[in-house]
Amino acid sequence: MSWTRIVAILRKEVLQIIRDPRSLLIILVIPLVQLFIFGYAVNLDVKHVPLCVYDRDATQTSQDLLKHFQATDYFNVVRVSDSYPDVVRNIDYGVCSIAVVVPPQFAEDLHSSGHASVQAILDASDSNSASIGMGYAQAIVQSYSSEIQLAWQQAQGLATGAPSVTFEPRTWFNEDLESMADLVPGVVALVMAVVGAFLTSLTIAREWERGTMEQLISTPVGKLEIQIGKLFPYFVIGIADTAICAGTAVLWFGVPFRGSWVVLFGCSMLFLLVVLSLGYFISVTAKSQLGACQMALLATFLPTFLLSGFIFPIDQMPVVVQWITAILPARYYVSILRNVFLKGTDVRLLAGDIFALAAIAAVLVALATRSFQKRLV
Amino acid sequence: MNQSVPSVVVKNLTKRFGTFVAVNDVSFETRHGEIFGFLGPNGSGKSTTIRILCGLLRPSSGQASVAGIDVARNPEAVRQRIGYMSQKFSLYNDLRVVENLEFFAGMYSVPKKEIPGRIAWALKMAGLEGRERNPTSSLAVGWKQRLALGCAVLHRPPIVFLDEPTSGVDPVSRRQFWDLIHSMVGEGVTVFVTTHYMDEAEYCNRLVLLDRGSIVAMGTPTELKNERMKGQLLMIECEPLGPALELLQAVPEVVDAAVFGSGIHAVVADAVVAAPKIRELLSAKQLHVSRIEQIAPSLEDVFVSLTATRGASTKSEAAA
Amino acid sequence: MNSTPAILVSSIGKHFGNVRAVDRLSFDVQAGEIFGLVGPDGAGKTTTMRMLAGVLTPDSGSATVAGHDIRLDPEGAKQDLSYMPQRFGLYEDLTVDENIRFYADLFGVKRKEREQRSAELLAAAGFAEFRSRLAGNLSGGMKQKLGLVCALIHTPRVILLDEPTNGVDPVSRRDFWQILYSLLAQGVAILTSTSYLDEAERCHRVGLLYQGRMLFCDRPEALKKKFPGGVIVVHSSDPERVHGELHGANGTRDVLLVGDRVHIFVDDAAKRLPELQARLDTAKVPYDSIEQVTASIEDLFVSAVEREAARQSPAKLS
Repeated sequence: MSWTRIVAILRKEVLQIIRDPRSLLIILVIPLVQLFIFGYAVNLDVKHVPLCVYDRDATQTSQDLLKHFQATDYFNVVRVSDSYPDVVRNIDYGVCSIAVVVPPQFAEDLHSSGHASVQAILDASDSNSASIGMGYAQAIVQSYSSEIQLAWQQAQGLATGAPSVTFEPRTWFNEDLESMADLVPGVVALVMAVVGAFLTSLTIAREWERGTMEQLISTPVGKLEIQIGKLFPYFVIGIADTAICAGTAVLWFGVPFRGSWVVLFGCSMLFLLVVLSLGYFISVTAKSQLGACQMALLATFLPTFLLSGFIFPIDQMPVVVQWITAILPARYYVSILRNVFLKGTDVRLLAGDIFALAAIAAVLVALATRSFQKRLV
Repeated sequence: MNQSVPSVVVKNLTKRFGTFVAVNDVSFETRHGEIFGFLGPNGSGKSTTIRILCGLLRPSSGQASVAGIDVARNPEAVRQRIGYMSQKFSLYNDLRVVENLEFFAGMYSVPKKEIPGRIAWALKMAGLEGRERNPTSSLAVGWKQRLALGCAVLHRPPIVFLDEPTSGVDPVSRRQFWDLIHSMVGEGVTVFVTTHYMDEAEYCNRLVLLDRGSIVAMGTPTELKNERMKGQLLMIECEPLGPALELLQAVPEVVDAAVFGSGIHAVVADAVVAAPKIRELLSAKQLHVSRIEQIAPSLEDVFVSLTATRGASTKSEAAA
Repeated sequence: MNSTPAILVSSIGKHFGNVRAVDRLSFDVQAGEIFGLVGPDGAGKTTTMRMLAGVLTPDSGSATVAGHDIRLDPEGAKQDLSYMPQRFGLYEDLTVDENIRFYADLFGVKRKEREQRSAELLAAAGFAEFRSRLAGNLSGGMKQKLGLVCALIHTPRVILLDEPTNGVDPVSRRDFWQILYSLLAQGVAILTSTSYLDEAERCHRVGLLYQGRMLFCDRPEALKKKFPGGVIVVHSSDPERVHGELHGANGTRDVLLVGDRVHIFVDDAAKRLPELQARLDTAKVPYDSIEQVTASIEDLFVSAVEREAARQSPAKLS
């Protein structure tokens, strides 16, 4: 193997990348754009649910209850209705997704019999948001109910009742249950997978298409020299992109970073090895740039998005699909990233993931190397 | 057969792309029933001129008319009166022979009633009768060429543009193709050929030599070789060639000398006078001369002598 | 002349599906010689070149290039050869200098030697001041010359050029050939291919290729003498009348309209010339001159192909 030749290929590749505005766009702009889109626009938290209120009691008590709905971030009172038809119309037109109706005898019933009901009507066409919204509504009513009880007990001079078991959920690692913190590490994986494979998928195909490959393979350059020389610049770019994404995640999105930078970059390098080799293999096989980038997107974006555990938890998937994710490198990388950002546990616990990633890397590198031949056709 | 009514008239035609002048003050006329050749290398302005004459590009200045129609004012009308056969043919390989003909008949708005007749005529002319249901991809290159020509003339245009029609085609097919062209020309069609292939230019009745947007010569192939060539051509065979070449290039009578195969082609003012002088000179330096004779220049020799003296060394060449 | 040829091809063959692109081809190229593979598109020129350059594997036969067997040791051959494919194979987004440096590095040419050689070659090719221009911004002729410079930056023993001057302006084409001829003194063997029959005359020896097989292989002068019969050319202001009058005359095989001349292929030029002249005079057909000329390589090619076609299947004659 000749060092001079590897450097020559490397230098050429770098010059071509610098002089091609589109690849610069892909390298710098797209990762950040994806990060911001997923960070901000894809928000799995359900907040500011548009709410319609219909107070048929119009007493101090009913207003007190409704104030609880107004005070919270989870609801946004967009309409105060004065009739059922109006409520229905607003739900139909999508002005609100939930309506809370206080019945006419609410205060009286509460003070006389100690029981009262509140009606909630919801638009379940978006059943996800609806059930979450329902949960919030129930929680608010429940809390109001407890408040009244306590106040009444205190007013009666009674002891605060028998001890009861309260349910105190505490979410570890992501206390605010902010989906952003959960998503962003996954987005880093998605971005690296797509950018890495996409960039390299063009490199060989482009030379075939432009006619420069025919002349290149008539020289003594070895196929391994070509592979190393071509992939190394993209490897460096990939590390830089990882750093940019990780930095943005921590500094801009405020995602915590509790693990070790060494582990982050070490595992990122392994993952890069995987996606770059995949891109190289696609480039050799596809022979046309258009085919190559389509294959690259298909092979990275959808699997990473759907199956890596990035948004949809793996253990909720059907067993067969879970088996499939076992060969998906993004699955292990997402898990490692989540650990490094949010958990910061001992790297030895990541050994399984790291080993799987390394094994996949070895297979793909070998595949990429074998697939390229210094021959036409 | 040659009527002297011009079919294509071009006057001071110029086309600029930004600061680049692709066609520079070009003027010529073609006659009915003539094979007119436009000869020049890639980048000389041939394709640009053709596109202007086909109404695809607007001239920057000057005038051009085809079959009496001003190309700048009425490009659509021009396209109905011309046939165009492009380089490497624009046939659809996955259609059958007759389907290609039907397609082009539609493209050229051949009246519906006349289509079957014209198609039959084109098939006969191309020699493809009985093969109309064959897929176009199964035809050999020579046959594809004839089919492409057929497609280009379905609407019986008075002027036909052929762009590099026989480049890369085997010589037998090429000769048969030119027979076809001659029969069309015999009926009064003007055939306008563009090529960079000097050999092909020999088939034209009249030629225009183009170099970087300007016309450097115009005339019949014989006129160009006899009259436009600056000087006469000597063929010198001697051993060894390298030193002989150096010597000759230093001689004042030799306008230009270049190696050609196993000999040297030298351009001199007068071959009869120069030949013995050169023989003497070379023998004096112990260079064994086996042959010196005057040879007829080729069109390429003419082209080189005309363009090399236009200060056309690559040092001042503006890149494309 | 060297006894071991720089290129030796023995019965090499390649097929793509049902098509025999190259069919039992054999020829040799000596050091210090320019050999031309001549034939139309589809004759097998590019396929042959690719096999010799080691980028395409032959199906049958063998060949040695600069002493290396291209089936057993194609990579070894690549150190000693240069290949210029038909399509421009350099990087349009790199400058002239960067392309040269790239190819120099691939062949292990040391920096000092590279700088010296590239200065020489660029000067010879006439574009020393375009060193920092992007290759994509060069004209066609300059691109081809750059290709040649990159091919010569290391000192190959064999140079393979596939249709190197296609579409190039005649002045650049001359410069190109000038550089080639200057290499011969150093013992380089050059194999070039072309579909221009007139370019064949520039080569020392020519191999006429048709449908994957070689029809002839000899020096251009010798080839022309192989033409059966003779050629008579009539210059006239009314060539169509001449054509009409002489068509089918005794001893004529074919009468061809070529621009302002008529080419007549006869069995015996000396015998037929006065006969044809008499016919023209009797019919009062105007002509400027009538003379015997040497057959061109194209004439030879055509007659060989026609004979070949007739031999294969008489019914196939178009």
